[in-house]
Amino acid sequence: MKLHEYQSKQYFAKYGIPIPKGRIAATSSEAKQIAEELGGRTVIKAQVLVGGRGKAGGIRLAKHPAEVEELATQILAMKIKGLPVRKVLVDEAANIDKEIYLGITNDRAARRPVMMASAAGGVDIEEVAKESPEKIIKVHIDPLLGLRDYQARDIAAGIDLPRDYWRTFGKIAKGLWQVYNRSDATLAEINPLVITSDKRLLAVDGKMVLDDNALFRHPDLSEMRDLDVEAPSEIEARKYGLSFIKLDGNIGCMVNGAGLAMTTMDIIKLFGGEPANFLDIGGGASSEKVAAAIRIILNDPNVKAVLFNIFGGITRGDEVARGVLTALDEVKSDIPMVIRLVGTNAEEGRQILADANMVTAESLADAAEKAVAMAAA
Amino acid sequence: MSILIDKNTRLLVQGITGTEGLFHTKQMVAYGTSVVAGVTPGKGGEWVLDGKIPVFDSVKIARNATGANTSVIFVPARFAADAIFESADAGVGLIVCITEGIPVQDMMRVRNYLDQKGVRLVGPNCPGLLTPGESKVGIIPGNIAVPGSVGVVSRSGTLTYEVLFALMQNNMGVSTCVGIGGDPINGTTFLDCLAMFEEDLNTEKVVLIGEIGGTDEEKAAEFIHVNMTKPVVGFIAGRTAPPGKRMGHAGAIVEGGSGLAADKIKALQDAGVKVANHPEEIPNLLK
Repeated sequence: MKLHEYQSKQYFAKYGIPIPKGRIAATSSEAKQIAEELGGRTVIKAQVLVGGRGKAGGIRLAKHPAEVEELATQILAMKIKGLPVRKVLVDEAANIDKEIYLGITNDRAARRPVMMASAAGGVDIEEVAKESPEKIIKVHIDPLLGLRDYQARDIAAGIDLPRDYWRTFGKIAKGLWQVYNRSDATLAEINPLVITSDKRLLAVDGKMVLDDNALFRHPDLSEMRDLDVEAPSEIEARKYGLSFIKLDGNIGCMVNGAGLAMTTMDIIKLFGGEPANFLDIGGGASSEKVAAAIRIILNDPNVKAVLFNIFGGITRGDEVARGVLTALDEVKSDIPMVIRLVGTNAEEGRQILADANMVTAESLADAAEKAVAMAAA
Repeated sequence: MSILIDKNTRLLVQGITGTEGLFHTKQMVAYGTSVVAGVTPGKGGEWVLDGKIPVFDSVKIARNATGANTSVIFVPARFAADAIFESADAGVGLIVCITEGIPVQDMMRVRNYLDQKGVRLVGPNCPGLLTPGESKVGIIPGNIAVPGSVGVVSRSGTLTYEVLFALMQNNMGVSTCVGIGGDPINGTTFLDCLAMFEEDLNTEKVVLIGEIGGTDEEKAAEFIHVNMTKPVVGFIAGRTAPPGKRMGHAGAIVEGGSGLAADKIKALQDAGVKVANHPEEIPNLLK
């Protein structure tokens, strides 16, 4: 789950990271009022959860509070990469001498958090990472000890930060570690961290991505979820404990298990079809869950055929078959479907389905072939 | 012979009185696994399965009383990291964690702690292990594999069952099947299992089932190229997965251009591994 810039920066401030003065506004008149309170030059920033806000015109500088209402009106009317701008952040504009990048994330291969910094901060940090990775300093952190003072100094020296700033920088780096650690983030990033013309360090922009699995520890943060970034079908699926991702093809799939669901998508493609979604119904296959899954799949008007691939395992095949039939009784549909059932009591399950005039398949390849033919018919 | 578990495995179940824990304990006992103890804090002194298995308040007490050498964890995600620490501190040598959804920072702390102690963890978010005919630790259905000489290691759950089932239908038996789990940070890796299968006298061939995300399959390919004398057949799930979308498993995601199925398949093929286009092709490639 991603947090907005203003939410991230407010969280940063709790851990002693200096941020610009500013507030969030939902209307242009609120924005104007905030700008008048701040006085002087301000920045009006669209709060949407996509990159490239600046390039899309979602970040504008106002030299005078009088300009703010007009600029905020423009930004609040925008859609950036399909997402509506519902709020703007109005911040005092800093006089920037230098921009630094500072971030912390999980290094999967090292099985540790890694703090990264670069003297070449600003919007194009991904470019820097690609073109000149040597300009990015990386320090791995022992998750049992946290960021050590000497590590923060090493980073400061590594990015050629003048010694006068080391102390403040160290506090900010340790603050960012706290942010990452206390919020169960998978990414906490200040970009840019600026040196102002009056020699202060200031976190001008911030980004946090939280671990969905850890949200139970953070009810305050999970309330901040912005539902605009998720497809309505994905939100609906989550309610039923289904893992669903919408894709562009026309063959809907319902599978138990994530690896098998991916494999089912792959084999549809292998036989010349295009999957309409990824859907893992998880363990068991109660008729309630199956019904919800079918509803979500059939909601997509592109779907021309549906493939069920259920590996019974410990769940019994006859139970799964009955669950599917009950669900189909509830969700009436003319879309052709093929069901492949394997594992414990699979034969009984297939018989039950055949008696109900459902198309069944013997193997995964057989199922994919049938589904592709159905979708093409 | 087999790897990690066999008939000498004396199993302790953490979370034995929960719905999942109890259900799978019955399945494991029915398979023939010697389940010697259960742990549920606050329920010490009770018995489960008609008085066959004693329940203890802590792993330490359970281990002292029963000599358990392996533990399997079914406790909910929010308590799972603590359950792993408890088993490690009580001296259990092999910990198998079935639980899905453990916070990734919890797993980083667990992994760094266990590495210092030299304790082996399999999982989390995994189906566990099966040594056909000897022992089953976890939730892999017992009736889809027979004893034999193919070692199986996989990041997935039901996809693993699919492969086991395909092997059985082709009269191919399995030495041990290890589900290493679908999380970004786990205990046992492909590399660990490949090294054990290479040493295991009963394993003649190995099946490796990977998926998108991370670089563990690439590391496995390098290891196979340098160290393996036994033939390996591979399969990678997620060829059609779009970047930036998590495919169910926390670890199955293509990010920043890394973790692609195509790269993994190429790395494995370059190391001499035959890679199947779909799971039902695997038995033929093993022949």
